[in-house]
Amino acid sequence: MKIRLSTGEKTFAIVNYTFLTLLALLCILPFLHMLAISFSSSAAATAGRVGLWPVDFTTASYQYAIQKREFIAAFLVTIRRTLLGVTIDLAVLILTAYPLSKSNRELPGRTAISWIFVITMFVSGGLIPTYLVVSGTHLKNTIWALIIPGVVKAYYITILLNFFRQIPKELEESAVMDGASQIRVLLSIYLPLSLPALATLTIFDTVGHWNEWFSGMIYMSSQIKYPLQTFLRGIIVAPNYDLMDRTQMELMAKISSKTFQAAQIIIATVPILAVYPFMQKYFISGMMLGSLKG
Amino acid sequence: MVQEQIESANPPRSKIWGAPLLSKGEIAIKSASRKLRVDPTLYLMLLPAVILVAVYSYGPLAGLVIAFQSYDIAMGIRASEWVGLDNFRFLFKFPTFNQVIWNTVYISFLKLVVRFIVPIVVSILLNEIKRVKYKKAIQTMIYLPHFISWVVISGILISVLNPTDGIINGLITFFGGKPIYFLGDNSVFTGVLVVSDAWKDFGYGTIIYMAALTSIDSNLYEAASIDRANRWQKIWNITIPGIIPIMILVGTLSMGNLLNAGFDQVFNLYNPLVYSTGDILDTFLYRIGIDNAQYDIATAAGMIKSAVSLGLVSISYFLAYKLADYRIF
Repeated sequence: MKIRLSTGEKTFAIVNYTFLTLLALLCILPFLHMLAISFSSSAAATAGRVGLWPVDFTTASYQYAIQKREFIAAFLVTIRRTLLGVTIDLAVLILTAYPLSKSNRELPGRTAISWIFVITMFVSGGLIPTYLVVSGTHLKNTIWALIIPGVVKAYYITILLNFFRQIPKELEESAVMDGASQIRVLLSIYLPLSLPALATLTIFDTVGHWNEWFSGMIYMSSQIKYPLQTFLRGIIVAPNYDLMDRTQMELMAKISSKTFQAAQIIIATVPILAVYPFMQKYFISGMMLGSLKG
Repeated sequence: MVQEQIESANPPRSKIWGAPLLSKGEIAIKSASRKLRVDPTLYLMLLPAVILVAVYSYGPLAGLVIAFQSYDIAMGIRASEWVGLDNFRFLFKFPTFNQVIWNTVYISFLKLVVRFIVPIVVSILLNEIKRVKYKKAIQTMIYLPHFISWVVISGILISVLNPTDGIINGLITFFGGKPIYFLGDNSVFTGVLVVSDAWKDFGYGTIIYMAALTSIDSNLYEAASIDRANRWQKIWNITIPGIIPIMILVGTLSMGNLLNAGFDQVFNLYNPLVYSTGDILDTFLYRIGIDNAQYDIATAAGMIKSAVSLGLVSISYFLAYKLADYRIF
């Protein structure tokens, strides 16, 4: 049905398109600005002459970044913790969500066991007691401090077990009748049918591990063991942190290499941008799985 | 839990299988289901997660007792002296503690309001865009900042808001204004927190509304057009009523976060110059606990926060359940 637009409607459409376009640009311009700075000369960047296009184009900052040992080390720590972390998280998640998706008849005590996990969504010991337990179990200064304490995520379990429940019971019953074990049922029926949910959770978890910086900061005592985001925090944020007055702060801002920081920010962000197009397909459905269940 | 009740109200499957002629396999199944055949591997599967949760979730919960001790790390929990509520008294007498609580509630309240309103407005406006590709492109761009860590966003903010060479102050001075020291001035710091938080997450916040909007029956809009309803009348009478349940849900659930003013953001943006407006409970207890290693006092501060948050979350879930029929199971 085609309806002729009145002048008011036309004005609205123009204003609306313009507004939303500006809003969308506002979301990506800061990243483009950093990209421009990272490819500009130090002098141009500190003089504030760089907008959205590099001034005095140079790749010096990137050359410096990839030669810097700590930066490479941090990058590798992050890759390792992401690969290990996501693998372990997913394995434990599947093993937990599957039994909990059963009824109380198939798994006596299911409800009680579920509560063990649900409670962790609402109460926690908080920063210091967690820190003491992680230290007490000797994870400090190992990569496991970045992985083990966060393996079980009750929220992910809820999402996956609700997904498992939508799978028709008949499939399992016929497999069991043919003598399939529970492991077999999980691997051959439930997992192949849950790929969309698993893909979503994998993506969320990967981004989570990639972006996580706090545990690196409190559990690692030397910079060489820092994951990338913790390392970045150290060079970008921390220099400002202890300074007391404005003149010192301004001085610091001048001597610290603006272009070099920008280059490292870009390198740390590119992997997220690289998977972003693939993510988009999944995170929307993932968010709906999470928020409109029940 | 409700689902459980429905399940148990239905007749057990073994009754349905009570057919007169049974094959050998069916007899096996029948007797097996009567005995409530339980596969022990199911319990084994749960074991890793139960152990991990016991150690890393319930362990710290038990560790909360140090809030009532004068905790000495060398002596451990068993040998440390019990001091009752001394740590809590200390906190409430602490000169800046009230300020910290006020900052926390104030910052997170402002964020809740802005984060509630902006996604709704943007979703309604996006819904008015009829060109699908254009809409998708805008959505792709506005979702992006959500997936970037606060460390990186803070790095960008520190760079662009810098008083001497940041681009924002460059623009301000270009138009004849005075440079603003955004991250070091108490009169603007809260504003920076609220705006940058909204900037990062408003796009992601629209996802849930966009999903609700696409499920509105397009016949309603066509019928309204035939009745010569203008755009505002359609938005007011069709679009907004279509998303009210989601608005209630998002609004009630967000109330549980009143004491979460955003540690990741504040911790990476604040500095001693803006403690009086920017210091929140989480950053305060981090400095006491990790920087000063006063574990007992920091744990007490964390415990106050957890207790109040638990109350708030319970109320918000109860309201979400009553008003929007929301369940976590």
